[in-house]
Amino acid sequence: MKRLPKIGLLLAVILVLSCGSAIVAAQELIKVGIVNLPPEESGYRQANVEDMNEVFSRENGYDGKQTNTADNSEQIAAARGYIRDGVDFLLISAANASGWDDVLQSAKRAGVRVILFDRAIDTDPSNYEAALLSDMHYEGQLATDWVLNNVPEPINVILIRGQLGSAAEIGRSAPLLKAAEEGKLNIVADGTGGDTWSLEEARKVVEAAIAAGKDFNVIYAQNDGMAQGAVQALEAAGISHGKDGKVKIIGFDFNRFALRNVQAGYWDADVQCNPRQAGQIDQWIKSGNIPQGIVYQEELILDTDTITDEHIEKFGINADPGKGVITR
Amino acid sequence: MPRLKTRVNNVSNLFLPLSVLVILIIINLIKGADYFKITMVNGAFYGNIPNILFGASELVILSIGMTFVTAASRGQDISIGESGAISSAIFVQYVLSSGNVTLWTILVGFVISCLAGIVIGAFNGTLVSFFNVQPMVATLILFLGGRSIAFIIDGKVSPILANEISNRIGTVIPGVPIHTPIILTVVFIAIVAVILKTTNLRLYVEAVGVNPSAARLNGINPKKVIFLTFVLMGVFSAVAGFIAVNKAGRHDSVNLLKFIMMDAILAVALGGNSLSGGKFSITGSIIGAYTIEVLNRTLLRLEVNPEAIKLFKAVFIIVLMIIASPVVRVYAKKALDKAKGIFSNYSAGQTGGLSNGAVSAADTTGKRGE
Repeated sequence: MKRLPKIGLLLAVILVLSCGSAIVAAQELIKVGIVNLPPEESGYRQANVEDMNEVFSRENGYDGKQTNTADNSEQIAAARGYIRDGVDFLLISAANASGWDDVLQSAKRAGVRVILFDRAIDTDPSNYEAALLSDMHYEGQLATDWVLNNVPEPINVILIRGQLGSAAEIGRSAPLLKAAEEGKLNIVADGTGGDTWSLEEARKVVEAAIAAGKDFNVIYAQNDGMAQGAVQALEAAGISHGKDGKVKIIGFDFNRFALRNVQAGYWDADVQCNPRQAGQIDQWIKSGNIPQGIVYQEELILDTDTITDEHIEKFGINADPGKGVITR
Repeated sequence: MPRLKTRVNNVSNLFLPLSVLVILIIINLIKGADYFKITMVNGAFYGNIPNILFGASELVILSIGMTFVTAASRGQDISIGESGAISSAIFVQYVLSSGNVTLWTILVGFVISCLAGIVIGAFNGTLVSFFNVQPMVATLILFLGGRSIAFIIDGKVSPILANEISNRIGTVIPGVPIHTPIILTVVFIAIVAVILKTTNLRLYVEAVGVNPSAARLNGINPKKVIFLTFVLMGVFSAVAGFIAVNKAGRHDSVNLLKFIMMDAILAVALGGNSLSGGKFSITGSIIGAYTIEVLNRTLLRLEVNPEAIKLFKAVFIIVLMIIASPVVRVYAKKALDKAKGIFSNYSAGQTGGLSNGAVSAADTTGKRGE
């Protein structure tokens, strides 16, 4: 007896849904297949995946489907599936930069237009239309310039790298290393947070530098988590940092907790790594004006003077601890 | 007399971990004589030693659990980091949902996360003990899927734990000169020691590890004992996760305690324990865990190039294990005795009188070495 209304309700829901989708399908939807990495990879990816889902939705006139996997062969299989489904656009953020030649060429033959986002692929530029990427080197340049302009001489830097060999590590290290080579600053300690960009490892790097009696006034940590670990080491050692302190703290990625720390003067600056490519791609598709080759996104650096609540709201990723809350 | 003998045996079991630790400390002292220097910073001890004790706290707790699992099941639990991430995610969600954070909230959250640890341990334990799945394969499931579970519990972000009490658990309590994670680790070790002293846990685990069939014939149910060690491992992971998340101040489901099982397994091995089960030494594993922490920091102290740091770690571990292995020890002793023999022969030739006695003494020590 109890079951009957439930089944009825279920049927009604199915009916409404199918009608709804039939009505929407009647409009001209742009079919988009998105091959992406899994959201649990990082806060960056979570924001990226959500942004893609939001922009390439039915309300915006898209029939968007997204596959999230960190396995390159699964990604390639998903891309083939989308080509078979006859999508209009294929958006790819590749787990691995190689192995994509075949599938990209078959997309070309099928008339599917390919746009890469966030991660480049090692292939002939004719195999895709455009690639919207973060310029890690530019991010590193922003941070290095900030250091050169805002830190009194002599500038002694502790460099904490991310996963060695990753695009982010190479790009964000290069401008700083170049400035050191030119004698504009000294790198007194060069460490890494390892493959997991680990907070604990970063903390150990700074602790080792303190134990060795190194004199330093900048911590250049290549992501926010490592900057946090470095600051923990300073706190434990009783070394002042932040706006009115001795050591200047720079992080990357625009996590909201990091931006709040900058806002509170607990850290000094943070560099954006923008995960929200969907809006730009949407604009390209709608205008029919897709550029050729690699396009870099515009990215920001914010310090204690320039940061506003609006920035944190709009550009930040991950959970917001709230205004005035410091994450130690 | 027999008591003395067991003590000597215990010490020789600890020879491997202790000698490795001593070698590392000597290297550190060569690099700088201020290695043991401790100062007071903001009312707490600060220096290399406090840093090591602070940094290794989660690893110590996890390697104790890993010792039990290894001894009883003859395999390893590779999902410890993930189970720590899941249980601490539950802890964080409880704390954040309760609004006003008091000590009581933290305690209840901790107990809940331990219960979650028990559930996870029971899951792994059931697979291993009742379905006879290889421990590494059984725990591979959570190793692969655990972080996704933690991520979903987190609400797909990394929540911030910015309350004052968490901060104190992760750093220092005002008025107490020792960092809180160090105190928690010591309390934890004490609890484990009391459990081992007052219960038959050690006997059961070792009996099952040495020979499960013989244990069963003697009235010990191997399935139950193995199951129990995995449940313990689950609780220990929850404790480690609790410390880790309070240290970090934020729950990063992706990176919290990542790959820590490698170090935990290594700590068990460095502690002189057999990875194929049987008799075990908790003390050895604890020393092993601290040794790994010292090793990591030694490489940083020596300013090893970041590109080469992993390679150096691997080479160090191999070299240290070989130096401390019984084979090398016996060989070294023989070589030493031989050298002594040659020296005493030489001096006997010079002085004449004592020659006989010296040679026979060298002979006997040489034989003892063999």
